[in-house]
Amino acid sequence: MFKDVEHLIRLAAVMAIALVAFVVLRAAIVPHSFGQYGHYRGAAIAEIAARPIGFAGHDACEGCHSDVVDQKKQGKHVVVACEACHGALAKHADDPGSVTPAKLDTAVICARCHEADSAKPKWFPQVLTADHSGGLACDTCHQPHSPKIETQKIETKTKAEGKQ
Amino acid sequence: MQIPVEGFMYPNEVELQWSVLIVLYPFITGLVAGAFILASLERVFRVDAVKPTYRLALLTALSFLLVAPLPLQLHLGHPGRSFEMYLTPHSSSAMAMFGFVYLWYLMAVLLLEIWLDYRRDIVVKSETSSGVTRFIYRVLTFGSNVISERSLRIDERLGYFITLIGIPSAFLLHGYVGFIFGSVKANPWWSSPLMPIVFIFSAMVSGIAAVMLLYMLSTRLRGRNVEIGCLDKIAQYLLYTFLIDFSLEMLDLIHRIYEADESFRSLDFMVHTRLWMSQVIVQILLGTVAPIALLGLTQVLKFTEVVRKRIYALAGCLTVVGIFAMRWNVVIGGQLFSKSFLGYTTYKMGFATREGLLTAIALMILPFGILWILVKLLPPWPDSGSIPALVTPPAHRTS
Repeated sequence: MFKDVEHLIRLAAVMAIALVAFVVLRAAIVPHSFGQYGHYRGAAIAEIAARPIGFAGHDACEGCHSDVVDQKKQGKHVVVACEACHGALAKHADDPGSVTPAKLDTAVICARCHEADSAKPKWFPQVLTADHSGGLACDTCHQPHSPKIETQKIETKTKAEGKQ
Repeated sequence: MQIPVEGFMYPNEVELQWSVLIVLYPFITGLVAGAFILASLERVFRVDAVKPTYRLALLTALSFLLVAPLPLQLHLGHPGRSFEMYLTPHSSSAMAMFGFVYLWYLMAVLLLEIWLDYRRDIVVKSETSSGVTRFIYRVLTFGSNVISERSLRIDERLGYFITLIGIPSAFLLHGYVGFIFGSVKANPWWSSPLMPIVFIFSAMVSGIAAVMLLYMLSTRLRGRNVEIGCLDKIAQYLLYTFLIDFSLEMLDLIHRIYEADESFRSLDFMVHTRLWMSQVIVQILLGTVAPIALLGLTQVLKFTEVVRKRIYALAGCLTVVGIFAMRWNVVIGGQLFSKSFLGYTTYKMGFATREGLLTAIALMILPFGILWILVKLLPPWPDSGSIPALVTPPAHRTS
């Protein structure tokens, strides 16, 4: 009776084996904590929480660098957090003596926000850096903590370059 | 490289995220669904005239279906991640559910139907061929050489049942692709409940046209004569489906014009500028009106066979180009305007990049390579007569 459907039985057996193999594979691959809280690996939360804190926070910076805070208060960058440009510096805040942050290359870091882009609001200060500074570092003319142009600084720099 | 932008764009809109590969994806799945629906005409609705294309249509559908996920894989850039859809299915994500729609259509419909239809040929070839091909055929028999009359009758009945399930499945496959776009409520170019239906009918149009062209081309390459009765019938179905598809698209257009919501001026401007060539000229005039007019002429006027064949070939080519343009206008067009309706961006297609032109061309050639292999392995020609009868017809044998 089953001889004429033997091929179908064999096909069904192959499919069943494939299904079982998939179920076994799934059980082996999918992390046990998956779905514990939602559509993600539940253990990931504890792992992330256990990671060392990278950012020190604005208050930690202000504790030591009050001169910079005063400078920032005079310009528009007062609203920009220190670590937005300087990067995560919790290690520096913990041990200021031995961990010193690297000096920033303003030709690169300023362009991240101020490179001209038609998608940015018109009121936002933006320049085509290639035309505007020709590759010069922005802090040649601007003081990053209070980016208003300092004419005296430009003159000094220009004179220095002239002497060379 | 600065992307030319006109007016105001939000920052994440300037660069297009969905490239030409995402244009290919609905185009390819459309061909799959359309080819399968053409095949089902013969099987379910007993349209004998299209019988010569039945197997070719099935193999075409399979070739394109195997390539369908590749544009997505290349776009994602992490092919391994696609397997996650099966391991940890996310029922609230339409995109994640595609994995299941795809798997169902591939495994439960297309492969099964092809296997049942070709089983007798496979068994015979496993006994008459030699070397590697013999091994391949033997694997495909699953070790059972039963080709008794009753077993073939059971295959036929089961195949019919699978085709019955296959038709809504093909609609589901491509309706789903339309759903992906139609359900993006933030994008007025896409967001329309008509989208899945328009996608289904345009899929049928492109699939029927593609199989018609492949049938003409393959018959010519084999030095045989095309069965004009078959071509006439396919062309007739193409015309009818096209008329429904065109009506639906026009309905959508008229609805948008009449409703004229807050996005209308922006979209209207886009159609008259950036999409003028691809939408109005290529998609609507060349890719829709022209083939409908050509196919319509063959229904009204008496042409000779040769003229009809040429008209069908021209109409078929225009149709495929037109449907590709439709996919382009949906995918690329939907990303060219700002959701603020105040600006427009430009699509810069890469050349030899992961999502560039060369990759797209390679992906479009690949299904034809697969089809060539499949045709060699499982000849779909009804007149091939290449399956010899067994010397001792085995009623019930197993190996």
